[in-house]
Amino acid sequence: MRDVAVVAYSAWNGVEHERNEVEILMPVVRDVFDKVGLTKNDIGFTCSGTSDYLAGQPFSFVSALDAVGAWPPIVESHVEMDGAWALYEAWVRLQHGDLDTALVYAVGKSTMGDLLDVLALQLDPYVLTPLWPDPVSLAALQARAYLEKTGKTEDDLAAVAESRGRRVDRASGYIASPLRRHDCPPITDGAAAVVLAVGDRARELCERPAWICGIDHRIEQHQLGARDLTRSESAKVAADKAGASGVDVAELHAPFTHQELILRDAIGLNGATINPSGGALKANPLMVAGLERIGEAASRVLDGSAAKVLGHATSGPCLQQNLVCVMESR
Amino acid sequence: MSEDVTGIVVPIHLDYTYTPGVAASRFLRHIAEGNYVGQRCPKCKKVYVPPRGSCPTCGVPTDEEVELKQTGTITAFCIVNIPFAGQAVECPYVSATIQLDGADIGFYHLIQEIPYDQIHIGMRVEAVWKPREEWGTTTESIAHFKPTDA
Amino acid sequence: MTEPLVAPHVLEWGYTRSLGPTLTAFFTGLRDRKIVGAKTKTGRVIVPPTPHDPDTGEDVDSLVDVSDEGVVETWSFVSHPRPKQPLDRPFAWALIKLDGADTAMLHVVDGAIETGSRVKAKWRDETVGYITDIECFVPA
Repeated sequence: MRDVAVVAYSAWNGVEHERNEVEILMPVVRDVFDKVGLTKNDIGFTCSGTSDYLAGQPFSFVSALDAVGAWPPIVESHVEMDGAWALYEAWVRLQHGDLDTALVYAVGKSTMGDLLDVLALQLDPYVLTPLWPDPVSLAALQARAYLEKTGKTEDDLAAVAESRGRRVDRASGYIASPLRRHDCPPITDGAAAVVLAVGDRARELCERPAWICGIDHRIEQHQLGARDLTRSESAKVAADKAGASGVDVAELHAPFTHQELILRDAIGLNGATINPSGGALKANPLMVAGLERIGEAASRVLDGSAAKVLGHATSGPCLQQNLVCVMESR
Repeated sequence: MSEDVTGIVVPIHLDYTYTPGVAASRFLRHIAEGNYVGQRCPKCKKVYVPPRGSCPTCGVPTDEEVELKQTGTITAFCIVNIPFAGQAVECPYVSATIQLDGADIGFYHLIQEIPYDQIHIGMRVEAVWKPREEWGTTTESIAHFKPTDA
Repeated sequence: MTEPLVAPHVLEWGYTRSLGPTLTAFFTGLRDRKIVGAKTKTGRVIVPPTPHDPDTGEDVDSLVDVSDEGVVETWSFVSHPRPKQPLDRPFAWALIKLDGADTAMLHVVDGAIETGSRVKAKWRDETVGYITDIECFVPA
């Protein structure tokens, strides 16, 4: 295996009324290049994560490339998934041995369409989508199952919200019981970019590369009623395979408060600082938030404040799919 | 007993509030005033119209605005004879890419006021605008392009 | 600062989906006001049915009828339904394990609900072979 490290990370989150995806992404890509003094011509492989349903047009990733510049022709790939999976593909691509650097980016404008309807379309198209279940309601089914099985309460959920910087209002009505506003992620636009580099190239580019010492992703069956929603076996296996023990900082992609508890149970993060960035409860740009978790965790190694960190990303309804990336200083 | 249900139709409906972005918004506002304004790449100096805010070759922002003439050259065209769902123009019609004088890429518009069998690549054309009161932030403010008299 | 330009944009179409033998049995069953599950080689009954055991990927063994009545495993009450959702009045989403099934199916419940509540399908007057042939579940 070749040693691959995150050497730079940049991101932007917010609600954007004026700029389009390319205009959101361009300054983020500029910034991540500037951090390591690279240009697009220095990049071996480019991989992105975006969603056509979010953009409202097919093959929308081809125009997102305008933010990078694809001439002379570049080595490129795309996943219709969170950018964390684009990072996984880039890590695999760098293992081929012929390229030493990769740019990974993700962009999503969740506010342009109706995000709750868009996410209903990720479901089984025969028996689920025709009911148009929204992701908050589905998460609420999971939350209730989790609370009833573990004996935890809505106060435990509120405590998670509070520690992620959310203003908790226990008297507010349910969005979908037992979830209140503070248990749910905000609808956010955003873009993120990461530069990966191999071996000596990584050491040239930055002082403290965040070396990827383990990365794995696992998926469970789709039908919600056919799996145990109260735990995340896929996150557990991915964390075990990635070697998640002994991390100082973990950035978990838990859009809902109860999902952070389920992930903590699954990954076992004794003593680790969790989501110092505020996580997905603070900003949850679809397609981007998972890559942000890896970038935020890596930043703790890049800035010298942590020795071993974990970035997690999730995809699909109710934590169906989970990716864990463990990084360390050397 | 009736026959088996072997297929279902699942209707999809999604609503968006589409934003063209900063660069395209500026372009469309210029169109509403009767002007074609592109943007120049600071690196390779190419002029893009409509601008998208970035140079797709260099991957850098394009800020400098360049007002373009309303004459140009047909770089490719096709005669559309087959109707399709959502078609806005009656068949047959000619759709062409037109490179405006001073621009480095072509854009799509209609060619009219000439028998279609006389249209050719390299033909000089000019914009024909709709009446002033019909101008808006849309390229439909231009009715079509026609051959230049010169 | 000028106001950003915006325009409405609608994506709308219908996907014509072939069902294959397992889902043909399920949707034909709905039209005939019954619910069909798939029995795996290990004896688990999957509802809605899948052609393969979701755990192992093996072909399922057979199709079996299950009850249109069952138990609520988990639920969420929604005060403000969204326009495309099955009911236009407050309702609960629920995962319902039908009698004879080993997995729960998602649908909506109209009426009082708790975990463990027994509920029964309320069929539409006219059924066509679609998941909404069950208008909702109601307390049994």
